[in-house]
Amino acid sequence: MKLKRKSKQKLKKRAGTVYTALVFIFLYMPIMIIILFSFNTSERNVVFEGFTTKWYGIMVQNSALLYAFKNTLTVGFWSTLISAAIGTLAAVGMYRYRFHGRNLIDMLLYIPVVIPEIVLGISLLSMFSLCHVSLGLASLVAAHVTFCIPFVVFTVRARLSGYDNSIEEAAMDLGANRRQVFFRITVPVISPGIISGAALAFTLSVDDIIISFFTTGPKSTTFPLKAMELVRTGITPDVYALSTIVITVTFSVVLTVQTVLYKKNKKLNES
Amino acid sequence: MSIQKKYNLRNKIIPVAVTVSPVAVWLVLLIAVPLLYIFIISFCSTDAEHNIVFSFSLANYAKMFDPSLLTIYANSLAISVLTTVFCILVGYPFAYIMAFSSPFKKSMMMVFLLLPFWTNSIIRLYGWRTIIGRNGYINLALEKLGVISSPFTMLYTRGAVVLGMVYTLLPFMILPIHTVIDKLDRSYLEAASDLGAKPVKSFLHITLPLTMPGIFAGTIMVFIPSLAYFFVSDILGGGKNQLIGNVIERQFKEAFNWPFGAALSILLILITLLLVKAYMKTGGSLEELGGV
Repeated sequence: MKLKRKSKQKLKKRAGTVYTALVFIFLYMPIMIIILFSFNTSERNVVFEGFTTKWYGIMVQNSALLYAFKNTLTVGFWSTLISAAIGTLAAVGMYRYRFHGRNLIDMLLYIPVVIPEIVLGISLLSMFSLCHVSLGLASLVAAHVTFCIPFVVFTVRARLSGYDNSIEEAAMDLGANRRQVFFRITVPVISPGIISGAALAFTLSVDDIIISFFTTGPKSTTFPLKAMELVRTGITPDVYALSTIVITVTFSVVLTVQTVLYKKNKKLNES
Repeated sequence: MSIQKKYNLRNKIIPVAVTVSPVAVWLVLLIAVPLLYIFIISFCSTDAEHNIVFSFSLANYAKMFDPSLLTIYANSLAISVLTTVFCILVGYPFAYIMAFSSPFKKSMMMVFLLLPFWTNSIIRLYGWRTIIGRNGYINLALEKLGVISSPFTMLYTRGAVVLGMVYTLLPFMILPIHTVIDKLDRSYLEAASDLGAKPVKSFLHITLPLTMPGIFAGTIMVFIPSLAYFFVSDILGGGKNQLIGNVIERQFKEAFNWPFGAALSILLILITLLLVKAYMKTGGSLEELGGV
């Protein structure tokens, strides 16, 4: 009876593993295709005909593609920086103080999370055109900051709950002013929240399609928008080559961080 | 100035102003005012040069009931419903397995679930064309196996659009469900099993009802975007399987009828509000939608 139960549990576990693997195959299949076809001799991404690395050379010469990629990184950098600063301040202020309009801000923060991106995209476009703001990198950054702020606020807020106020009080009793307390105590304590909020903001910014589609100008195409433009004529393997490099870099970075964190946690648990 | 007032200024008003005013100004100028503005222009019309003419009319809302558009809405809704159902069916077991895994395995699953987002979705969706295309790998495999004699059409069908949507949105279903299952009090399940309930019964009577809020949250995060992800339809639907999002996009980029596009956006906002209201009525919290 006991044996039967044990083997049944084992079977269940195996079924779970198989299922997880299938979902991951579904999620990673197109990524495999991208990597594979970046080495394909044929320009058309239909069948794999032979191995070549020529697309990597062609990609390096494709200045329009690299320019779009650079724009993506520039916009990602500035949107992350600005939304992290505004979002962190807001999370701290809203966590600590009760004031008029707090609920209104809270409600406004949830709007970009739930409304379809296209609605935010077209309303920002209409607004920019009403105020004669010329569309370009600046309008793009403004739009990205708008949808990144809520995610920074939520992540930092999650970190703040369970935050011990007494260390701040102690610092103030010892004569520190508010600014010193904020930069020397509050920020270091909530920094893991700020970092994960910023990482989330950067991810959202570099992958954004719809809002960028409406708020960008002719000279500030981003990598996703360039890819979308190429869909009409067919995406060429040099775009896959650039994506393969991005995939390799992000996988290495994320997996290294993950293993380092895991080892650190394991050591902490052991000691 | 009284001492009380001075105290308030130093310890409340100034700190609040410093920390909260940037976000308040930003949200009002770039969310509240723009949304209000498109609500206003949804009642306007355009002149011959496509400029917005500020005069009140309900013409844009009447135009929404154009028969050719009604077919698009029906198609778009069907795609969204199918996408949501498939995301629940595929995502729930995954979230369940993830929640009951060891901490290391769980964090690894989470990382691998989110990593694809770093490769842009347009290119990943384009990769699917190589797989499901006429001469794609699925057709090739089926032909080799002798299942079919001539390739069957998958690309540019409604199925392909649903596939692309599920592919893009699945993590947004898994994450909220996972959060809820993770928080579930395991002692209920132990009690049920001690009292002799079969696993299937305790799942149907305990786990599923208690994790419903996660399914609802995931539904909002999947259903609403899938009405408007026009690029999925562009890449895999080939212009046939259009979404409400495609119609809105066209008003802004081709037809230059911004007021009509604005009116359609108001429709999307109403659908969103309705779903969020229903979600909150069933006991869901907005925080769970934020996902963190």
